[in-house]
Amino acid sequence: MAVAAPTSEPLAPRQTREVRRGDRVFRGLTLGSGLLILILIVAIATFLVWKAIPAFRISGLHFFTEKGWFPDAKPAKFGVAAIAFGTVLSSVIALILVVPVAIGAALALTELAPRRLGTVGGYVMDVLAAVPSVVYGLWGVFFLVPKLIPPQRWLSVHASFIPLFQNKSNTFGRSVFAASVVLAIMVLPIVAAIAREVFRQVPRAHREAALALGATRWETIRMAVLPPSRSGVVGAVMLGLGRALGETIAVALVLAATFNINLRVLEPGGNTIAANIATKFGEAGIVGREALIASGLVLFAITLAVNMAARAVVYRSTRIAEGKV
Amino acid sequence: MAAVIGPVALTRRRLSRAGLGLIGAGAIGATALLFTVTDFQGVVDFLLVAYLLYLAGQTAVSYRVEGSRSAKNRLALTLLVSTLFLALVPLVAVLYYTAQRGLQAITPGFLTHSMSGVGPLDSGGGAYHAIIGTLEQVSIASIISIPVGLLAAIYLVEYGRGRLAYWIRFFVDVMTGLPSIVAGLFIFAFWVLALHKGFSGLAAGMALAILMMPIVVRASEEMLKLVPGDLREASYALGVPRWRTILSVVLPSASAGLTTGIILAVARVTGETAPLLLTAFGFDAIRTNPLKGAQSGLPLYVFNQAGSAFNVAVGRAWAGALTLITIVLILTVLARLLTRRNRLV
Repeated sequence: MAVAAPTSEPLAPRQTREVRRGDRVFRGLTLGSGLLILILIVAIATFLVWKAIPAFRISGLHFFTEKGWFPDAKPAKFGVAAIAFGTVLSSVIALILVVPVAIGAALALTELAPRRLGTVGGYVMDVLAAVPSVVYGLWGVFFLVPKLIPPQRWLSVHASFIPLFQNKSNTFGRSVFAASVVLAIMVLPIVAAIAREVFRQVPRAHREAALALGATRWETIRMAVLPPSRSGVVGAVMLGLGRALGETIAVALVLAATFNINLRVLEPGGNTIAANIATKFGEAGIVGREALIASGLVLFAITLAVNMAARAVVYRSTRIAEGKV
Repeated sequence: MAAVIGPVALTRRRLSRAGLGLIGAGAIGATALLFTVTDFQGVVDFLLVAYLLYLAGQTAVSYRVEGSRSAKNRLALTLLVSTLFLALVPLVAVLYYTAQRGLQAITPGFLTHSMSGVGPLDSGGGAYHAIIGTLEQVSIASIISIPVGLLAAIYLVEYGRGRLAYWIRFFVDVMTGLPSIVAGLFIFAFWVLALHKGFSGLAAGMALAILMMPIVVRASEEMLKLVPGDLREASYALGVPRWRTILSVVLPSASAGLTTGIILAVARVTGETAPLLLTAFGFDAIRTNPLKGAQSGLPLYVFNQAGSAFNVAVGRAWAGALTLITIVLILTVLARLLTRRNRLV
């Protein structure tokens, strides 16, 4: 067949141009969708700041030191001191409870379970993550809180030398501790799933080398699996922290809302930013809503910082694992 | 003259399974004795004490028979397996308790009646209006977020190189951790306050879309990455332009995986409560128009009924929770079944 390049010349460029136009349009569409996500983050920050400004004008810097929440009273008095403290406290306790279990479960799934069981474990984690938070909250209030009264009482009697576990009210139930346990159960699948991915990145050869040198299974885990996974696990824990900080409904259902700064976690009461928004929104007036938006802005800033730091750590660790750094 | 080397033991004595069983039986026996002699009681306490005794017994015996390294190994591995079981306890407890309470509380009219004219103390009433709301809100969220999420994933896999793609991927990951209440607050500030559009199912759908989008992007990206480069090259070799290659070769071969990811994303946002509170607001009667006026949603319904102090309302909350969890689990299992059809994994 003749190659007839010169004769087809008038056709070819037109075809290419059309093809190129199709490619350009499609590429533009996909790029636009990607950019939309960046724009969304900026838009969220912008609108929250814009609508929170009136509330900041009223409260001034007291917004960060005031504990109570009476934005619709005259004169209005509100601030995030107590609820921000409650948010951080409940999340930190939840993490202390969940980290050993989540990492242990992830290690058991990757290092000990037969491959089949490991896959099933992955499915179960998916299901756990899919259970809606309102269901966890409902279960927390009616099942877990009563069940947690005896252990809490035990702690307050036998461990009251630690100030954290004192209970001066001598009533037990809807405490920050109970909320933290519910939070811990809710972030468990996220932390475990990411930790599992991190452990899987460790090359098989490292494990086999350790075993060949006569290391026991545990020594293999400790010397070949854990050290390269360290930053990835830190990232997983921080992502869990981000999730715990922003969890709303379960905490709103479990906690008996009070606005004080109290480190005694077994006493009923306490509140978080997210739960406060959920419980106060329905009854809030104009200033009340703006004040809630202002508190939401604080939550957004905290979680954004935690999530960005966590992702940066996870990225670095996976790039190290892939040998790119 | 070579020194005569005697036989070297290459293996140490190991604990047999029977030995471990014996330690277990001993631990249970000792606990039973302890519980009959002292005033210890309770099933959970019994299991806990027996477990601790077993751990101690296993470590001690293993230390004597097998040496310290093996003892440490056994202790650590037993603890690891225990954490796995401990992680499964809440799942079983949540599912079992919700099913039990929900089945007790569900009434024949629950799925076909709304809460219109039903007070907190009245029995009866149902979640029909909330189910309609949830269907509409999740559909709106899907219509917005699936195309955008899919296109963004295509950009990341097929076109994205360099800085911009890195930052898009980074912020998609960051967005997966966005608290759902913040998504709700944003739509409230933007749609309800700034644009004066009022509460509606549409607003709720948009808030859910913000939460769904990053999940769709990440799941789709993972799937598209699995499509072999050979397929694309074969298509290019036939003179097919890039965009048509993506639409008619890449997407179809990843379709099973993409569907799985999208269904999981739908399941995730179906259970979101916090954003509905700030955008759909809640409404007791049936409202089929999602464009105007407050609406309910199933998770919101559960939350509102649970907040009531009356047993009838709490019963409705459990019935609603059972309905919700059934929908979400069906979606999750469906997604998993589809994975089996996925030839890329």
